Amino acid sequence: MRHLLGIEDLSREEVVRLLDTAEAMLEISQREIKRVPTLRGRTVINLFLEPSTRTRVSFEIAAKRLSADAVNVSAAGSSLSKAETLADMARNLAAMNADVLVVRDRTAGVPQMLAERVRVPVINAGDGAHEHPTQGLLDAFTVRQALGGIEGRSIAIVGDIAHSRVARSDVHVFTKLGAEVRLAGPPTMIPVGIEQLGVKPCSSLDEALDGADVVCMLRIQQERLEGALFPGVREYARCWGLTRARLARARPDAIVLHPGPINRGVEIASDVADSEPSRILDQVTNGVAVRMAALYLLTGADS
Amino acid sequence: MMSVPRTPGEESEPRPGAPRPCRTVLDAQGIARASKRMAHEIAERNPGCERLALVAIPAGGVPVAELLSEHLAEIAGRKIPLGVLDVTLYRDDVIGRGTRPVPQRTRMPFSAAGARVVLVEDVVFTGRTVRAAMDAVLDFGRPEVIQIASLVDRGHRELPIQVDFVGKNIPTARAERVELRRSAAGEYEVVVT
Amino acid sequence: MSRLRILGARVLDPSRGVDERLALDIEDGRIAALEPSPVGPADQTLEVDGLWLVPGLVDLHTHLRDPGQEYKEDIESGTRAAAAGGYTRVCCMANTDPVNDSPAVTEFIQRRARQVAHVRVQVIAAATQGLRGEIMSEMASLAEAGAVAFSDDGHPIMDAGVMRRVLEYASGIDRTVISHCEDLRLRGSGVVHEGSHATCCGLPGAPAEAETVMVARDLELARLTGARLHIAHVSAARSVQMIAEAREAGVRVTAEVTPHHLALSDQEILGYDTNTKMAPPLRPARDREALLDGLAQGHLDCVATDHAPHALYEKDVEYSAAPFGIVGLETALPVLLELVRTERLGALQAIDVLSTRPARVLGLPAGTLEPGAPADLALIDPERIWKVDASALHSRSKNSPWLGRELQGRAVRTWVGGRLVHDLDEETRA
Repeated sequence: MRHLLGIEDLSREEVVRLLDTAEAMLEISQREIKRVPTLRGRTVINLFLEPSTRTRVSFEIAAKRLSADAVNVSAAGSSLSKAETLADMARNLAAMNADVLVVRDRTAGVPQMLAERVRVPVINAGDGAHEHPTQGLLDAFTVRQALGGIEGRSIAIVGDIAHSRVARSDVHVFTKLGAEVRLAGPPTMIPVGIEQLGVKPCSSLDEALDGADVVCMLRIQQERLEGALFPGVREYARCWGLTRARLARARPDAIVLHPGPINRGVEIASDVADSEPSRILDQVTNGVAVRMAALYLLTGADS
Repeated sequence: MMSVPRTPGEESEPRPGAPRPCRTVLDAQGIARASKRMAHEIAERNPGCERLALVAIPAGGVPVAELLSEHLAEIAGRKIPLGVLDVTLYRDDVIGRGTRPVPQRTRMPFSAAGARVVLVEDVVFTGRTVRAAMDAVLDFGRPEVIQIASLVDRGHRELPIQVDFVGKNIPTARAERVELRRSAAGEYEVVVT
Repeated sequence: MSRLRILGARVLDPSRGVDERLALDIEDGRIAALEPSPVGPADQTLEVDGLWLVPGLVDLHTHLRDPGQEYKEDIESGTRAAAAGGYTRVCCMANTDPVNDSPAVTEFIQRRARQVAHVRVQVIAAATQGLRGEIMSEMASLAEAGAVAFSDDGHPIMDAGVMRRVLEYASGIDRTVISHCEDLRLRGSGVVHEGSHATCCGLPGAPAEAETVMVARDLELARLTGARLHIAHVSAARSVQMIAEAREAGVRVTAEVTPHHLALSDQEILGYDTNTKMAPPLRPARDREALLDGLAQGHLDCVATDHAPHALYEKDVEYSAAPFGIVGLETALPVLLELVRTERLGALQAIDVLSTRPARVLGLPAGTLEPGAPADLALIDPERIWKVDASALHSRSKNSPWLGRELQGRAVRTWVGGRLVHDLDEETRA
């Protein structure tokens, strides 16, 4: 495993390895001295061409817990194409002598295109609507932590599937680990051909929640209103928002995930987000552990 | 299983493809006797087992530490704190080995600050693992003292590490492998291959 | 008055249904004779054992980028690429800078072509001013200046009312309107075909209906106005169906398909190579099959390359931001020859759709080897294997999806008016 560009390309063994390694990393995060010397002297460059505070901070903490130096390069608001070509970007990064590149971009394919042009491992921190592999992994880790396993479980993913890289990574990771994955959302937000990924599209939220072990709620973005994709947050909340009442259709011990940040009262009701079934804060903690695992495993096979 | 004893220190290069000759240097009873003696030595060096804590280095150090813990509990009349400390992330030789090993579980249910820590290994060889373990322990607090207990000391140090409590000194050739494993009968034994 | 004789070639002339070994003589820029055995003396003889000799290929859809974007391509380099691809006549589209919506620009292109072009250049002028789709261009003046057809290619004419008037007016001066059928609203931010591959890649997709909706509209308008409509770069199965039905009903419609839509499918986008990004996009295999059938059965009249050069630094960016388009003048022939090898098309049929039929669509004096016709010819080695790389391509830009791959079949000589404009062997010797 030279890069972590997407979960689609990983074998089941590689996924399990990442999760098992994350277990050890989680323990480090719980110590008083939250640091091990493993990546001492290595440089991690966080190339965030799409702004993000949460994911970037998570990667930064992960790098520092492994004693690596984290450097943030952002190009907020400007797209790659206005700034420079991929080849130029790759050359500049190479000149900085980084050991790992963590890349986020608002369009799909950029981490892969950079990985083809640089000589260091690349971690995809989210590329357009394509994948967000560390999010998928931390979601899987959280489910494994809460329920003991993933095989045979029913997992409902709800929301704007078409534009969600989190949804795609979740679909890949959960199907690879043997869960039944159901998708639900407004018809305008279910992408063409999604059944080919081995998931079960549901026509309503209730159908998806019925007997589910895990409910992943996706964030609905205001910008989607412009594309005439749905009429507004009020109707969205009525039809697709997760409330206590609707959650009752899931299994009694079902857990709730959300990649954050949450739109309270839209896709998820406040009382659900703050209650027992919610593992949203665990996701954040586990995110650091999973990213530490990714940094650790990818920096191994070099000379 | 005993085979013809070899002259100590003799370099043995097995023929390629030939099964490596294997000799047991400590069987189950030998291990039991050695660990009992080591426990007494530890208790002697740490009067009253005050603030004593065992920290096992997985994987081999764990069964040894469990044996020591049993004996020490008898000697001290109470349970001695026992932790398991994975040192994979502290090693200096992980880079360039190819695929990274997945770290094992660490359980340190006590603070090392002010403790009289005994690091427990199955086999001490170059000393690098023990050095990594010392770095790891220090991240859990400042111990009063760190001592090292190992079932087997096979020599060939690359770092100035000494074993305070040894089960058995076994001279070996560098190319040989020494490991604690379970026999076909399910009992622990130390074999040299 | 020197006479060149080409001996031993397999002569394929779709205009007269000829496919046999003949000797062909060129004199004075024209085809002087075409006989089973040579008659009379010749000053120069070229022995070409078994190579194919065909009418020079005709491209109805090329972007020469000249004036204004010469860093991508210009009239000289673009026609050099054409010659290397076996083309003797190309029609260049109007989305230059400035847009070719005035006789001045048309005249500039033609003058420049006379100076530096390696092959014949015909001008397709803009249908609306500035390609804005609002006010029609001065079509009569443009036609007088030499424009052979009108098109806003690169941009669809979104306003049906405007399109209707453009068709009517063009009809009045007996010119064809070439339509780029794409509903921009349906396309939205789509950069690839909306299907399972787009979903997996996370790239925004546009459904085939973005094309078919406009094809349907333009066919209706062509029926209403009785005008001649040519549909550019057909890519969807449903488009082929509608064109066939309309033609059956008497609509004066013709249509073209690109080599890349005949050869590739949307699976190519996996991997994010921006040389797989063009408009209309590559589609699933079933659309490709429909295009192949359509071409074989004549519902689609001809092949046109939509040669669209872009600089390397323009394409070497994230997929969504990269400009649409690929070069195609030099790869059209091997791609079509592959269809002959896999028996999707006959040999004569392949040359027909590359040469004779395109000429017929716009009424151009090309695509024939009839004695007396201008000596616009290509000599093809169908067996020659070559690697598509930067050094092999003559175009200034190298944005081809076949970059790095090997293709089989290549033009080894091209003559325009009896003048040798391309000699592959000379080139490889140098």
